[in-house]
Amino acid sequence: MDMARALRSITLRRLAIATVLVMGAGYGLAFLYAPEDADQGFIQKIFYLHVPLAIVALVGFIVAGLLAIQHLRTGDSKWDARSYVSIHLSVIFGVGVLLTGAIWAKGSWGVWWEWREPTLVSFLIVFLLYATYYPLRYAIEDRDRQARYASVFAITAGAFVPLNFAAVRAAQPLVHPRTFSDAGGLPGSMLLAFLVCLAGMALLWVTLVRFELTSKRASGDLKRIRRALGGGDGPPSPARSIAPVATSAMSQMRAEGRR
Amino acid sequence: MIPLAIENSDRYVGGAYLVFLLLLLIYVAIMAAKLQRVQRDLGSLAELAERPSREGADRDVGQIRDREQEIQAVRQGDRG
Amino acid sequence: MSPFGALLRKDLRVELRTLRSLPAMALFAVSAFVIFRFGLDRTTLDGGLAAGVLVPTLLFAALLAINRLFVAEREEGGFDLIRLAPIDRTVLFAAKASALVIYLVILELIAVPIFALFFLDSVSGLLPFALVLLLTNIGLAATGTVISTIATMSSARDLLAPLILLPLLIPLVIAAAGAGEHLLASDGPDYGRFGTWLALLGLYDLIFLLVGYATFDFLLED
Repeated sequence: MDMARALRSITLRRLAIATVLVMGAGYGLAFLYAPEDADQGFIQKIFYLHVPLAIVALVGFIVAGLLAIQHLRTGDSKWDARSYVSIHLSVIFGVGVLLTGAIWAKGSWGVWWEWREPTLVSFLIVFLLYATYYPLRYAIEDRDRQARYASVFAITAGAFVPLNFAAVRAAQPLVHPRTFSDAGGLPGSMLLAFLVCLAGMALLWVTLVRFELTSKRASGDLKRIRRALGGGDGPPSPARSIAPVATSAMSQMRAEGRR
Repeated sequence: MIPLAIENSDRYVGGAYLVFLLLLLIYVAIMAAKLQRVQRDLGSLAELAERPSREGADRDVGQIRDREQEIQAVRQGDRG
Repeated sequence: MSPFGALLRKDLRVELRTLRSLPAMALFAVSAFVIFRFGLDRTTLDGGLAAGVLVPTLLFAALLAINRLFVAEREEGGFDLIRLAPIDRTVLFAAKASALVIYLVILELIAVPIFALFFLDSVSGLLPFALVLLLTNIGLAATGTVISTIATMSSARDLLAPLILLPLLIPLVIAAAGAGEHLLASDGPDYGRFGTWLALLGLYDLIFLLVGYATFDFLLED
C-alpha cells in the first residue's frame, strides 16, 4: 500500500510540469542535437513524434487490459474507470499515429497510405477494434454488467495487440518491404533524443489519464452531492453517459458489496 | 501557386507536429468545456444548499454546513 | 456424462433438429462464390486470389453461426440454468466453442469441395490446407464464443458481434490466406513459410482459448 500512497503523492501538477520539461528536452534534442538522417533527410524528424506516439498508445492498450484484469479480480469500479480512460487516451494517441504516419508516408514516398508499412497497418486494425469499445459500452445499460463486459473486451483486445503486430509483420512481402525507420540500429545521438521523446510522450499519456480521471471523479462527486441535497440528478446530459462513474465512495461500496 | 519559402520536407515535418498539437489542443478544449460545466453545477448546488430543500424536510443549519464542507472538500481534492 | 458432453450433445441435437445455422452457412458460402465469380470476372482462381476468396467467405459464413450461437439460451432462459447448476460455468464456453468448431468443419466439408469444383485447377494443396482451416476454426470458435456472449447480453446484438469480431479475426485471415496463397498455387502446393503460418495460428488459438477460459465466468455473472 505504500506504493499506492507514493503514486498518489505525485500530483497532477507535478506530472504536468515533468511532461512539459521532458517533452521540451526531447524535441530540443531531436531538432538541435540529433543529426539529420542520411537516407531520409529532414523528413525523418517525424520519427521522433510518430514512433513514441505509437509505442505509448500500444503500451496504453496493454495497460488497459491489465487494469481490466484488476477490475474483474476486485470488482472495484475505480479499476474500470482507469481502464476506460486508458483506452480512451490510447485511441486518441492512435489517431495521432495514423495521421502522423500518413503525413510521413506522403513525405517519404508520395502516397498518403502504404500497406507495406507494418506499424501503420497494425495501428489501423487496432484502431478499428478499439473503436468498437464505445458502441459496446453504449449497448449495455446495466452499469455493473457494462463495466464487466468492457473489462473482458479490454483483456481480449489487450491480448490481441501484440499478436496482431506479429501477424501484420509476418504478412509483409519479403521483397521490397517499405517501412519507416525503426528504433533499432540508431546512432547514439539519435537514440538519446528518441528515448527522451519516448519518455516525454509516456509522461504526457500518464498526465492526461490522471487529468481525465480527476475530472470524472469530480463529475461523479457532483452527482452525489446533488442527489444528497435532494435536487434530483440535475439537467440530463445530451447523450446517455457511457463513461464509468468514478466516485471514490461508490467504488468502495461496490467493492465491499462483492465480498 | 505561391511558391512557399518553406521546403517540402519542412512542410511535412511541420504538418505532422502541427497535427499532434492540434489533437492535444482539441482534447484540452473538450476537457475545459467539461470543467466549466462542473463549475456551473457546483455554483447552482451551492445555491441549493443555502435554501431549504424542496422536500420540505427540516434541514437544520448543521446539515447545510456539513454539505458546504463536502463541496469545499471536493473542490480542494481536485485541485491537486 | 460430463456436463461438457451433455451441453455439447444438446447443442448438436438442437442444430440437427432445427437446422438453424448450417444450411444458411453453406448456402451463403456457395452464393458468395458465385458473386465472386462475377465480381472478379474470373472462372479459375489460384494462389493468393483463391485464398482471398475462400478464407473471407468462410469467415463471413462463420459470423452467421456466431451470431446465432446463443439464441437458444437467450430465448429459453438457458443462461439462468447454467448459473444455477452446480457446475463450472466455463464448461459452457468449452461446449459452445466445440460446437462452433464442429459446425465450421461441416461447413468446410461442403463449401471447400464446391469451391474446388468452381475454381481450382489443382486440388493437391487441399489436404495441408485442411489443417490450416482446422486451426483457423479453433481460433474462430474461441474468439467468436467470447464476443458472441458479450453481444448476446447487449441491445445491439446482431450488429455488435461482427463489428467487434472482424478486426479481432484479421490475424487468422492473414495466416490462413497466407498459407492458402502457397498451398493453392496453380502449379501445386509449395510449403514456403508454412511453419510461420501454422505457428501464428497455433499462437492465436492458444491465447484466445486462454482468454476465453479465464474470462467467461465473468461474462455469465448476473
